[in-house]
Amino acid sequence: MESVDLIYKGIYILAIFGITLLIATYSTYFERKIAAFIQDRVGPNRAGPLGLLQPLADAGKLFFKEDFIPAKSSKALFIIGPGIAMLVATMSSAVIPFGDKLIIGGHELFLQAIEVNIGVLYVFGVVSLGVYGLMIGGWASNNKFSLLGAIRAASQNISYELAMGLSLIAVLMLSGSLSLREIAEQQHGFNWNIWYQPLGFIIFLVCAFAETNRTPFDLPESEAELIGGYHTEYGSMKLGMYLFAEYINIFVASAVMATLYFGAYNFPFMEDLRSAISDPILANNVVTLVGVAVMFAKIFFFIFFFMWVRWTLPRFRYDQLMKLGWQILIPLAILNIMLTGGGILLKEYLF
Amino acid sequence: MTENLFYFLASLTLLCALMVVISKNPVHSVLFLIITFFSISGHYILLNAQFLAAVNIIVYAGAIMVLFLFVIMFLNQSKGSMPEMKTSTLSKIAGTIAGGMLFVVMIAALKDASVAGLDADSYNSQIGMVENLGLILFRDYLLPFELASVLFLVAMVGAVMLGKKETGEQHF
Repeated sequence: MESVDLIYKGIYILAIFGITLLIATYSTYFERKIAAFIQDRVGPNRAGPLGLLQPLADAGKLFFKEDFIPAKSSKALFIIGPGIAMLVATMSSAVIPFGDKLIIGGHELFLQAIEVNIGVLYVFGVVSLGVYGLMIGGWASNNKFSLLGAIRAASQNISYELAMGLSLIAVLMLSGSLSLREIAEQQHGFNWNIWYQPLGFIIFLVCAFAETNRTPFDLPESEAELIGGYHTEYGSMKLGMYLFAEYINIFVASAVMATLYFGAYNFPFMEDLRSAISDPILANNVVTLVGVAVMFAKIFFFIFFFMWVRWTLPRFRYDQLMKLGWQILIPLAILNIMLTGGGILLKEYLF
Repeated sequence: MTENLFYFLASLTLLCALMVVISKNPVHSVLFLIITFFSISGHYILLNAQFLAAVNIIVYAGAIMVLFLFVIMFLNQSKGSMPEMKTSTLSKIAGTIAGGMLFVVMIAALKDASVAGLDADSYNSQIGMVENLGLILFRDYLLPFELASVLFLVAMVGAVMLGKKETGEQHF
């Protein structure tokens, strides 16, 4: 690889990292604003204009709180736990194509940090590691309730991972590729996967809610009827990291859903826009930049959807949650695979 | 560069694998085992087998080790519940002798073994890519692949049978 490309990749990765953190930070603000809107309140409006500095104030508060470590805890693991949660959360956005290629001075710059031909599996693998942050944190606290909370969270996550993987298989059958960039390219224009995979998308969406521990699946932290969960003993910025990792996961889950089912950076009439501009390089760059904007619009819509659901639905009971995962979503996902396979065969037979 | 990376990964793998055995705390053992799986995945990536690397992490680190950790965390709740292991001097000596014998046998077996060299002309570096792996699995080795899936199915049915509630059995 040329050094120019290396520098570009480095800058791009840093930019994506920064954008991820920024979006996660402001998700907390918008969550509170949306909650306030839905519940007919005002929401945060004291720190800065419209309360825009509220996330910074929260972070400052968390940093200056006493960093408390329980005496009988396993200290190293207690500190590593939130770190793993953060690390895993920020890792998964590496393979997501946020846009097509930009052409600057003859260089083709792809708006994707790393292109691997197993992109979907990479995301899936990283998601499956997210459990360790919770489990290690819960165990290291040396508290029965933390441990039970960790087990609760982990069993929820691994149960829904299965249905998630099965619903992904149907998408892979359609696209015939594991590379996220290729899956994005195949959904050119308005040819989005959602038209072919409505059931698969619904399964994936439900599983994404469960994987990110959002309502109606936020049992890992249902302090009202059970107990705080894996982070019972955590305070100050370590707790903040756990909560922050959750918001990063929401961002990543939204980006993955937009990429797999909603055409990533593709938008309707993009060829019309491309042919409207005479200079091909300029046309390509304009289409790419609009595509990036469209991609982020889709991501923001999904983040909004996550929040909308949170303030609309109550949470499940634990047995209902397990029943939904194992007895409804997994058979549905298998049915979806069979329907997709039948559809592909039928299409080959007819055309 | 690649060679240095290989030595780094290999020593990390061996060190973590040793720590799995040496660690006093079973949870630490499991965590070291997870790191071992990660470094093995690193080896797969060095061998240009990205699919194997990802699947290794998903299946072993992501699923099986979580269940391991589950069970062991429940076992290891309080320090008093696990009695201190006392090994007698006799078994220590026996262990040393047995290990030494195994070591001698391995050296004897590996002494004359030659490592098959890499033929740069005929070697296909893309062999580990997912497309090629799929072609080989579903074309040349279809029967073993399907038989393995039947084996998994049987294991799954067996696990469900073992875990099933008998009629009249009370849990809690």
